[in-house]
Amino acid sequence: MLDPYKIRQDFPILKRKINNHPLIYFDNAATTQKPKQVIEAIKEFYENHNANVHRAIHTLSQESSELYENAHEEAAKFINADSMEEIIFVRGTTEAINLAAYAWGLQNLKSENEVLVTLMEHHSNIVPWEMLSKINGFQVKYAEVNEDGTLDYESFENAISHKTKIVCLSHVSNVTGVITDMERVAKIAHEYGALVLVDGAQSVPHLPVDVKDLDIDFLAFSGHKMLGPTGIGALYGKREILEEMEPFHGGGSMIKEVAFNTMARRCSFSLNDLPWKFEAGTPNICGGIGLMAAVKYLNDIGMENVKKHEEILTEYAIGRMQECDGVKIYGPEDASLKCGILPFGVNGISSHDVALFLDSYGIMIRSGFHCAQPLHEKFELKSSARASFYIYNTREEIDRLVEALKEIE
Amino acid sequence: MSTIEDYVARIEETCGEEKDYIVIFKYDLRDQAIAKILNKAKMEKSISRIIFELTFEKISFRLYGTGKAIFRNLKDKEELQKVLANLLL
Repeated sequence: MLDPYKIRQDFPILKRKINNHPLIYFDNAATTQKPKQVIEAIKEFYENHNANVHRAIHTLSQESSELYENAHEEAAKFINADSMEEIIFVRGTTEAINLAAYAWGLQNLKSENEVLVTLMEHHSNIVPWEMLSKINGFQVKYAEVNEDGTLDYESFENAISHKTKIVCLSHVSNVTGVITDMERVAKIAHEYGALVLVDGAQSVPHLPVDVKDLDIDFLAFSGHKMLGPTGIGALYGKREILEEMEPFHGGGSMIKEVAFNTMARRCSFSLNDLPWKFEAGTPNICGGIGLMAAVKYLNDIGMENVKKHEEILTEYAIGRMQECDGVKIYGPEDASLKCGILPFGVNGISSHDVALFLDSYGIMIRSGFHCAQPLHEKFELKSSARASFYIYNTREEIDRLVEALKEIE
Repeated sequence: MSTIEDYVARIEETCGEEKDYIVIFKYDLRDQAIAKILNKAKMEKSISRIIFELTFEKISFRLYGTGKAIFRNLKDKEELQKVLANLLL
């Protein structure tokens, strides 16, 4: 079991007071706070090692390159990828999905094909596919979601066909916290010859994710939702798929050589090895190093412990929030079906008012659509309030949330 | 001559079906802004001096002691600017 009180000592921001109340940070699904180990890693890099990677033979560049490559290695191990060649650093989940959509989809999706997503997706796993469908003319299909927010597997099976080239799903919903059985999804998809892209933005930070066990083809995740800095994330892809894909961005680093043919007066180029073929230009070196520190921090805690802690907190929060007559919890009330994300509404009060009210008590939650408008429309919700937990949250903080909610009722 | 920008740090349009505007007052002048608003608007309800439910020119809104206000059912940002000008200036 993890000890949140000990962990809290590593997070300087948690000592803050907001509106004269101790900060309670329940907006972890949007971004997490950073431990001093991550902050120190960034500081250490800029104070001692800063240089561009893969471009020079001087000492600093060698150090910087080694750290940046190690960061890929650590990220690969964290999700049990075969090697760092399968890990492409990007800005975050959104860019990772866009990279897969354009680098893989542009070549492989034809007008007769279909892409299967679900109604619970974050906009970042809907819009890139809809955008690409306007170019390539394929159809985007949507699998249904049950009333409790879980995936309707029957609808998923009915929607998939031999026309489906890729299925793109959230492992964990950013609205309800519901965990989708990705092994089951991948098995079905592969039977139809479709690839599986998993939006892991809300799963990789919160539970053990093993790309081999799940047998998925792509996995997108963000560093800032797992204690790392903003502006860094990764796209995992199976090596054989990445090798076949054309690069998304062109420029420095992603090529081995660019040769000018004086007769044709054209340049030809040869592509770099994986993963650099997909990382054009100077990358977010420091972000990668920060992510590596975050991964090490989570590894020290153990992802099973992270999952268990969130399950305990979620179960406790559901129980306590049920004491409030005017509070309605959306999604399943069985904590074992989900990660630490709890959407709710308060009778007759908009989610934004709830968020502003709680803010006056130093409690940070999210309000609105959470970039998942189709799911809100499915539930006929104008918006929702969302509390989301992480390793440093405690039962006492949930008690304070409940006391404040009782006041607002 | 003061302007709305003297008092307002940021205006956020919320996401969700309710197209609300959240006005965040500048930290240093938030007490002044709150005092001006309370002076001009009609108080409908107050909860522990944390939330004030107010009406002004047939527009209802909530003002928070933390220096934030939420306006709803406004046509657009221009209408919000007019209401803020009448409240603050």
